[in-house]
Amino acid sequence: MASLVGSRVERKEDKKFLTGKGRYTADITLAHQTHAVFVRSPHARALIKKVDTSKAEKASGVVAIFTGKDLADDKIGGLIAGWKIVSEDGTDMKVPAHPALATESVNYVGDHVAVVIAETLADAKSAADMVKVDYKVLKAVVDTESAMDSEAIYKDIPKNLCYDWLLGDRAKTKEAFDSADKIIKIDLRNNRLIPNAMEPRASLGDYNSSTEEITLYTANQNPHLTRLVISAFNAVAPEHKFRVVAPDVGGGFGSKIYPYAEDVVIAWAAKKVERPVKWVAERTESFLSDCHGRDHVTHAELAVKSDGTVVGLKVDTIANLGGYASLFATVTPTYLYGPLVLGLYNIPAAYCNVKAVYTNTAPVDAYRGAGRPEATYMIERLMSKAAMELGMDQAEFRRKNFIKQFPHQQALVHNIDSGNYDAHLDKALEIADYKGFANRKSESESKGKLRGIGFSTYIEACGIAPSAAVMSLGAGVGLWESAEVRFNPTGNVTVFTGAHSHGQGHDTVFAQIVGDKLGVPLENVEVVHGDTDKGPFGMGTYGSRSLAVGGTAIDKACDKIIAKGKRVAAKMLEASESDVDFKDGEFVVAKSNKKKTIGEIAFACYLPGQYGEVKSPLPEGDEPGLKETAFYDPINFSFPAGTHICEVEIDPETGHTKLDKYTAVDDFGTIMNPMIVEGQVHGGVAQGVGQALYENAHYDETGQLITASYMDYTMPRADNFPELKIDYTCTPATSNPLGAKGCGEAGAIAAPPAVMNAVVDAIGTDISMPATSEKVWKACKDSKKPNSKAA
Amino acid sequence: MKNFTYHSAKDSKEATKLSSSNSAFLAGGMTTIPSMKLGLASYKDIIDIKGIKKLSGIKVSGKSVIIGATTKHAEVANSKEIKKAIPSLSDLAEGIGDPAVRNRGTIGGSIANNDPAADYPSACIALNATIHTNSRKIEASKFFSGMFETTLKKGELIEAVEFQIPNKSSYQKHPNPASRYAVVGVYVAKNKNDVNVAITGAKSCVYKDENLSKALSKNFSVSAVDAVKVSSSGMNTDIHASAEYRASLVATYAKKAIEAC
Repeated sequence: MASLVGSRVERKEDKKFLTGKGRYTADITLAHQTHAVFVRSPHARALIKKVDTSKAEKASGVVAIFTGKDLADDKIGGLIAGWKIVSEDGTDMKVPAHPALATESVNYVGDHVAVVIAETLADAKSAADMVKVDYKVLKAVVDTESAMDSEAIYKDIPKNLCYDWLLGDRAKTKEAFDSADKIIKIDLRNNRLIPNAMEPRASLGDYNSSTEEITLYTANQNPHLTRLVISAFNAVAPEHKFRVVAPDVGGGFGSKIYPYAEDVVIAWAAKKVERPVKWVAERTESFLSDCHGRDHVTHAELAVKSDGTVVGLKVDTIANLGGYASLFATVTPTYLYGPLVLGLYNIPAAYCNVKAVYTNTAPVDAYRGAGRPEATYMIERLMSKAAMELGMDQAEFRRKNFIKQFPHQQALVHNIDSGNYDAHLDKALEIADYKGFANRKSESESKGKLRGIGFSTYIEACGIAPSAAVMSLGAGVGLWESAEVRFNPTGNVTVFTGAHSHGQGHDTVFAQIVGDKLGVPLENVEVVHGDTDKGPFGMGTYGSRSLAVGGTAIDKACDKIIAKGKRVAAKMLEASESDVDFKDGEFVVAKSNKKKTIGEIAFACYLPGQYGEVKSPLPEGDEPGLKETAFYDPINFSFPAGTHICEVEIDPETGHTKLDKYTAVDDFGTIMNPMIVEGQVHGGVAQGVGQALYENAHYDETGQLITASYMDYTMPRADNFPELKIDYTCTPATSNPLGAKGCGEAGAIAAPPAVMNAVVDAIGTDISMPATSEKVWKACKDSKKPNSKAA
Repeated sequence: MKNFTYHSAKDSKEATKLSSSNSAFLAGGMTTIPSMKLGLASYKDIIDIKGIKKLSGIKVSGKSVIIGATTKHAEVANSKEIKKAIPSLSDLAEGIGDPAVRNRGTIGGSIANNDPAADYPSACIALNATIHTNSRKIEASKFFSGMFETTLKKGELIEAVEFQIPNKSSYQKHPNPASRYAVVGVYVAKNKNDVNVAITGAKSCVYKDENLSKALSKNFSVSAVDAVKVSSSGMNTDIHASAEYRASLVATYAKKAIEAC
């Protein structure tokens, strides 16, 4: 039988999406449904003196209006920060209260103050305009860098400082710096991004008064955890009376990992009004109130020997959390960032200090890559600068410092199990025609253009798990994954996964794994996810974990199915279990060549009557049915790595940067479906290029978001890209039996430094992201001469 | 969006009769409808003029191109006659918005709205256009009066725009990376006796750059642009471009336009 794993199997889910038959939360309409509109703060920082709903309550079609007081009266808890970070001085992080509807103050433009529920959306909107909120406006804290020197937003959080965290060894790092021949310094800003999932957030609450059960349909990456959090911390309903369904979800990029205030309020309100309540975010609401990403200010120093050996690294970062600490906001700039600052280099001594600050801006949380893009941007910009200052070749300087032996215990946290960094660097150099760069540069110069080449040799820690490790670092939950593989009596298979697909292609890839493993045709495998009433508790999709962790759980469940199948087949074929082999969907007794298909075995398990001479196919002690569950908790993260090389051509007269060539050679371990992986790389690189050249969440000094629509927030578009050249190398992961490392975030992690190093190489001077035309024009004008330094 | 009464006018006369101080004409609706949806505008009456046959269509004579007010950008972009008579005008239309906008947006709507970053107003200025309304003919130089403002009177309806065919011309723009509106758009038209350089995007309203026009009238070359200092005074500053950058783009794109002529 031809193997499904490794083939370019077309996506099972594409037909419905491409023909407009996806079923998103906004597509679901329930009988007697009402519509909700949130009253949001127009101010970045203000005290709430009074919320007057009296006029709005009398407006046409209004069913109910709720404020923070109503939630408090019902003892509905606020939103939580799910990962405790401890400061260098041993004190716990400081987290302000985050009520689902504000009670005392508002802390960013778009903060949720009240909800209006009405018969129609138009009624709800017009009544929302009539809710009068009396604010005492205060001076907003907006800027990341100066937040600690600004007035405290919360009286019990001095200097707006959530934590001052340290990873690594300051003394050892100082020794390394003392021994160095040269210190390379860099100051960087990692620009704030807005996730912009194609489907805006949406929630639909439904209360069944006969069973006292709440169902929440929500655009979410993580329905089980959403149910757990809203149940345990917001106390909306106990878990067994609360169902969360995340149906088709149109992109998440991290911004839909966590339950939002709207989810809590809508689920609770449905019970209050005893009617379904639906809320769908408008695009501007998404810009204002989806969790944003990145927003770091960093100073870093690299200690090198004159031969180019890196001996030490110091990183000092200020990370902006926004107005509140969102669910995974505190871990993103610490444990998802700090350990990765070393990149894929052998750097024996390092520390990373992160000060996380509150400001009057939208909360910042995990966004595609979450901490790893920030770390990679820092180390890859710094490595390029070091090579330039040392006069060494960009590729060879990196190669000299690569980790060469595996497993490798890094100076900070990670123990890297496998990799071959020379392999992807060599392949990328060839595909990118590095040797021909000098000629291409001369050609550009003859046209009055500047050309630059940029490298990014990156590593990431993916397969976000293992529970023991993450819980020892402060995680509030374990990060295993679950699966249930259920043979139906007629021989087809339903697979339940705790992971959630919102564009990744799980329906296809998980079916490929099951199809190969159990010898069942792809079309006879259905993957079910996104509903807490279907399948076991799971941990959702983020951190490039679904295949490495969730896929392995499926693989393990299949092993159990095969093991039981062997016992049953042995009995039916009157052979000893050890003589039964399973291959291509058949249990075969080697000696006699007697066989049973797995479909026959499944049928027999569900109808355990007489089969020929055999009175029951079930061995003694085995239960009827053929269904197995597995939970998988790996022993380590996985470590995808790769080399991305970017070439840009710049018009110094206009400052326009043309992305001319882009090469990505990634080591994702074992690849299940190269077509899907290509799609992930394309999307990731597009987002990374977006950060480097276009995207920026711009707040003015009063905390108003200036880029709150597509008129001003620049998304990358198809015409900004050349054809990406994509290839792979493979060193299988040792932390899971599939050998998979994860591919979903790589592009967004690798691309920003590759692009920015190319821009810097072309113009010969440092520049911050995004490298907009004006910034580049100004840099060219100020330097007045094309850069002639070698790459 | 607030409720309104929808009317479909059969001719200009009926459209004018239906209009009031609380009404709007609707052609492509590319600005009117989003403004209403965002709550920035509301009207008692919306008077749809798309059904008025006389307002749509392209007529090319030896000296001029007349484009009906409700003619869509895509029609201008694809018109063989315009491509022959004033190719830069087709190019301009091809560069407006995206396919959805070009298949609904109209020339009349664009100039009546007079967005400071719109493309068509620069064509009107550079190509010495005359705006034909239901009651008079207005020279382009007297039509665009300020940011989102024109000299149209309440209830006055644009019927057509008449462009004079130049010897050669080109429109070049630096698009806003997000909206793709013009950060700066430069329309250069060389006529028999003079040169017009019209600029959009740079200031609060489209304008004729007199210095560039004069310099190029004397010497139609890139070096003539280099000799003119484009002042940033009065130019817009926003998150996408400072006044200084815009001034530089005016000169750069004027040169690109000359090279493309």
